[in-house]
Amino acid sequence: MLAYIARRIVYVIPIVISVALVCFLLVHITPGDPLVAVLPADASQELAAQLRAAYGFDRPLPVQFGLWLLRALHGDLGNSIATGRPVLAEVMRAVGNTVTLAIAAAIIGFTMGILLGLIAGYFRETWIDKVATSFAIAGVSVPHYWLGMVLVIIFSVQLNWLPAVGAGPGGSAAWAWDWAHLQYLVLPAITTSVIPMGIVTRTVRALTGDILSQDFVEALRAKGLHETGVFRHVIKNAAPTALAVMGLQLGYMLGGSILIETVFSWPGSGFLLNSAIFQRDLPLLQGTILILALFFVFLNLLVDIAQAAIDPRIKRG
Amino acid sequence: MSELPLSVTADAALQAAPATKARGYWATVGRRITRDKVSMACALVLLLIFLSAILAPWLGLEDPYKGSMIRRLRHIGTVGYPLGTDELGRDMLARLIYGGRLSLVIGILPVILAFCIGTSLGLVAGYVGGKLNTAIMRTIDVFYAFPSVLLAIAISGALGAGILNSIVSLTVVFVPQITRVAESVTTGVRNMDFVDAARASGAGPFTIMRVHILGNVLGSIFVYATSLISVSMILAAGLSFLGLGTKPPEPEWGLMLNTLRTAIYVNPWVAALPGAMIFAVSICFNLLSDGLRSAMDIRN
Repeated sequence: MLAYIARRIVYVIPIVISVALVCFLLVHITPGDPLVAVLPADASQELAAQLRAAYGFDRPLPVQFGLWLLRALHGDLGNSIATGRPVLAEVMRAVGNTVTLAIAAAIIGFTMGILLGLIAGYFRETWIDKVATSFAIAGVSVPHYWLGMVLVIIFSVQLNWLPAVGAGPGGSAAWAWDWAHLQYLVLPAITTSVIPMGIVTRTVRALTGDILSQDFVEALRAKGLHETGVFRHVIKNAAPTALAVMGLQLGYMLGGSILIETVFSWPGSGFLLNSAIFQRDLPLLQGTILILALFFVFLNLLVDIAQAAIDPRIKRG
Repeated sequence: MSELPLSVTADAALQAAPATKARGYWATVGRRITRDKVSMACALVLLLIFLSAILAPWLGLEDPYKGSMIRRLRHIGTVGYPLGTDELGRDMLARLIYGGRLSLVIGILPVILAFCIGTSLGLVAGYVGGKLNTAIMRTIDVFYAFPSVLLAIAISGALGAGILNSIVSLTVVFVPQITRVAESVTTGVRNMDFVDAARASGAGPFTIMRVHILGNVLGSIFVYATSLISVSMILAAGLSFLGLGTKPPEPEWGLMLNTLRTAIYVNPWVAALPGAMIFAVSICFNLLSDGLRSAMDIRN
């Protein structure tokens, strides 16, 4: 097991470097001068050259990348142009809110998805299966930002039950686990949960159907095992694949939260990314994307290791 | 005794073969999908949306750009404005129908482009193998390290707002996914006997890829690509919703949803209409793709 973990970690190193390279190059595919946001419009040629040298933009690209990577390894992702604060601190503060949202959504989406998937797979080709499958298809097809708007219209505008935007009373930034704060989490979490719900339902349904049609299930039933016992075998066999899918979905929720956070003004990493894009705050843009992508890479690594821990066949392969 | 029955059975098999194979693979797939009610209903809805978008100027609709300050945010069912008016007093029905033009193009074009690029890359990687395969597939892996929404927004955000940029960024998101599928099906086919036979009879690598492999892998890649259209529609409209795609006053569903967002306290259901269009197109493409997949899975 340890050898497997070591091997997986070694595989991750080139990926991490390439991810950093993509994030680094992002700033260089932007049209125009990367200094345009810091440079006054009437800046002289000399001032522009001075600033370019100060930011290191006058050096060759590979050297710039090397220096940037070295600083990034020391936790220095530069300063935000808009606020002047260190990028890393800004991003980490926002990521906390995104993690809260993603975990709440994962609890809703995965529970619903596993339940619906197991039921649909067990009662295949019946009306129960059709209803569950329809839910799943609607979940993966709905533009989630629109669903967020519709939920706000119903529960905030018309019924006035839940707040429409923000993450706490009076725009407070500090999160707390009480109803005053939790009520702000309900609508964004439900909205975020529909895609993972749909995907987990489809995966678990397919897995359950496949496992139930295998010979060993027949054998279990033949030896007189009751259905709950059979079910335990189904869950055990479906777990590694289902776990991998859920891990990936958790990563998508963390990285793809920008649309939902924009709809609900949820102060997470997506919201930060949105303001970075529109203020042309390139260091912040670069840093947010780098951190979110690294989260995703390490989540994938954890999923691989967890999968190998459950299913010994993977290690050998 | 030894020779005659054998040739008789062989003859019988030869004669029986055309009878069972009278219908080709694609004809069978076509017949199966036309019998699937859900797929046909979705195809019909999509056809209606496509036709109305193409024929919009000849449908006798209001001008989708002409606003009026005195008839802003009318409700659904107002006389003369069956679906109400938007925040600038423009007719919603006309804007929704005209909006289909841009929305469908920016949603579907990235998948078509990615299908062409990804299939070529995957085919070459899968057929040539070796170092070229490693180079292509490891580069693809880098893009897999980003969640797709994040990658699309990162590229769009860096390139800046615009229709072309949003199409480019979505194409970049889908190329790796299609390449992976194309590579894996090509690898599955390349060592089959008929490819060896073609190579032995002197066919060059391009001929083999074009004639012998493409025909066998295109179906699976195509079905996979159709399943991406739904995601692409949602993401393309999402980029416009964030202000990274279409620019006002162009009618486009994602952008309309964004500009109408301020109106949810005044006229909520009019504000929600453009999203319903995105949902309809996206779910129809998803169901149609599912139908196509099961129609092509003849073994079942």
